[in-house]
Amino acid sequence: MTNFKVPVWGYWMMGIGFAAFVAMLIAYIHKNRGFRRPVFASPYVLWLIVFTVIPCFLVAYFSFTDPQGNFTFDNFKNFWDSNYNARKAIAPEDLKMYQDMGLSLEDLGLARDSINIDTLVFSLWMAFLCTAICLLLGYPAAHIMADREFKLGPTLVILFVVPMWMNFLLRTIALMSLMEDGGLLNTIFEWLGLGKQKLLNNIPAVQVGMIYNFLPFMVFPIYNVLNKMDYKLSEAAMDLGCNKWQVFYKVTLPLSVPGVVSGITMVFMPAVTTFYISRLLGGGKVQLFGDLIEAKFLSTSLNEWNGGSALSLVMMILILLSLGLLNKVDPDNEGGGMV
Amino acid sequence: MEEQRLITLEDIYKQYDGTTVLDHINLYIRKKEFVTLLGPSGCGKTTTLRIIGGFETADSGRVIFDGQDISGIPPYKRRVNTVFQKYALFPHLNVRDNIAFGLKLKKMSKAEIDRKVDYMLDLVNLKGYGKRGVDSLSGGQQQRIAIARALVNEPEVLLLDEPLGALDLKLRKEMQLELKAMQQRLGITFLYVTHDQEEALTMSDTIVVMQGGRILQIGTPKSIYDEPKNAFVANFIGESNIFPGTMIRDELVHFCGADFPCVDSGFGEDHPVDVVIRPEDILLVGEDVGQVTGTIKSVLFKGVHYEMIIDAGHSIWKVHSTTMQPEGSRVGLAVVPFNIHIMHRMEEEKPQEEAKK
Repeated sequence: MTNFKVPVWGYWMMGIGFAAFVAMLIAYIHKNRGFRRPVFASPYVLWLIVFTVIPCFLVAYFSFTDPQGNFTFDNFKNFWDSNYNARKAIAPEDLKMYQDMGLSLEDLGLARDSINIDTLVFSLWMAFLCTAICLLLGYPAAHIMADREFKLGPTLVILFVVPMWMNFLLRTIALMSLMEDGGLLNTIFEWLGLGKQKLLNNIPAVQVGMIYNFLPFMVFPIYNVLNKMDYKLSEAAMDLGCNKWQVFYKVTLPLSVPGVVSGITMVFMPAVTTFYISRLLGGGKVQLFGDLIEAKFLSTSLNEWNGGSALSLVMMILILLSLGLLNKVDPDNEGGGMV
Repeated sequence: MEEQRLITLEDIYKQYDGTTVLDHINLYIRKKEFVTLLGPSGCGKTTTLRIIGGFETADSGRVIFDGQDISGIPPYKRRVNTVFQKYALFPHLNVRDNIAFGLKLKKMSKAEIDRKVDYMLDLVNLKGYGKRGVDSLSGGQQQRIAIARALVNEPEVLLLDEPLGALDLKLRKEMQLELKAMQQRLGITFLYVTHDQEEALTMSDTIVVMQGGRILQIGTPKSIYDEPKNAFVANFIGESNIFPGTMIRDELVHFCGADFPCVDSGFGEDHPVDVVIRPEDILLVGEDVGQVTGTIKSVLFKGVHYEMIIDAGHSIWKVHSTTMQPEGSRVGLAVVPFNIHIMHRMEEEKPQEEAKK
């Protein structure tokens, strides 16, 4: 594999862009009213159009066309039944001939195959589990960190932040080496006399990796909301007759809902689309929806770009729906989540 | 009076990180009394309130409530309720649910709760606001809901932590009267914390002046205003002229280069004292008949009165008068003996830098 070489014109483009940016800054400093805000927003808008809006339309375009560029619903039909295209490729008279020979569609391997749907459901289930466990682990953690009485709170926050500065592919690989047959965990197991355990290349391993990677995304929105909450509110609740537990479920919990919603969205969305975690920790034995999309795009068969786009579009709609839901519950974005 | 003591603080001591916040406080509060803890910020008044409310525990000393030591009892088991400084209304509940919060915890029947909440809404003049969100209300309205939320639980003592601090002047004055009227109507003991001396004078039955974690003086508003115990109290409660002086003998004091007859005695002879005179107690008279003479340095119109600063050679006098003398004119100053307040030097009992103030 060779690295992509930046062509000569690329350097020119970068130089011109940089010069234009500097010129704009100088002009702005010299003449305060020289540029209006929209002018400054334009590079950002351009960026947004080129790298976000256009790709979205391309995904939509690809998912509704065949490789020749004709409009079709076949990609979605193939999503529903992954043998749809294969069945279509066989001439009807051939199919009839096979059936006359007494071979059913099952025998031919052309019966309806719901692998796409199954993988999607499995991914949703894995993401749901991951979100639920992150919530169960993350809420108490956030609550402890936001506790005014707890002096180690800020230190804990830093301990949660620091691993996030590391590339998460690297983190996953590190986790892999912890869990592998000769890894640290197995060494400890052996030392304890439990014997070697098979920790990698199964579904629990993928789940552990997902929780490990996404837990901070659950903790921080909740921590944010709890930290900003006026502690006088819990004092007021206590004053009016709440014991500690009642303070929690009558005041703290309802007021932290925006953070919880943000956290759920921020964990669920990457969890449902992840593919590298399942690849590294599942050893190819665990396939998630993200793996499916990735495989479609990297496959050599030409048609698969369209199929992959259809899968992406389904995913995108699911995510947009959940974002819409988030904005309903947390309109001011108090949880500090997304968008 | 003794048997009516509702709350007694016995030798309360509290420190934060080595700084003494409450320095052996002793205080009692009678039933149905309106007591105000008055002092500058950091004097320990809010801490005292929080110790009674149960949000803080004293390092030593006891809190006696109705004959029982409640030092170790958590806030939710105490028969007191608090109105917090910034109200601390629950933003996720509407007005009605905020007020009903305490009652619901007591597992009261719905009809009973409704009746009590309606009564409270009526009491604080917010009938028809029950379904509103608390964030949609003005400061004054939020304030009244905070009071209603506390009062609906029928506490024996209502603790109020600078409840009017966030309101504008006009609203504050209205609320002062409303609070006082409410307290008299309901017959509940109020313990009020403020740094606003006027508020304290208007509402209280008893004022407790605090400074640096100590109680400087306890008394009725009138006695504290008229007979401040030392220069700090005199200065904090209203404006005053404070001069260093010498008690020549009983009922005669020397300050600002003249001898003044006064009504105090028992200081001994040639004893150094502080002399406090309220600006409104100084009479502007003819130059020839004044006990002290001086020149008017400045005149400020303050609405009801004029504030004049008079230079009397070695001393500066602040005088409030409804009649104005032009700047630069020579005047005589006279004080009737009754209005001269003699106090022990503050340095004697409390060698601190605040004493200079």
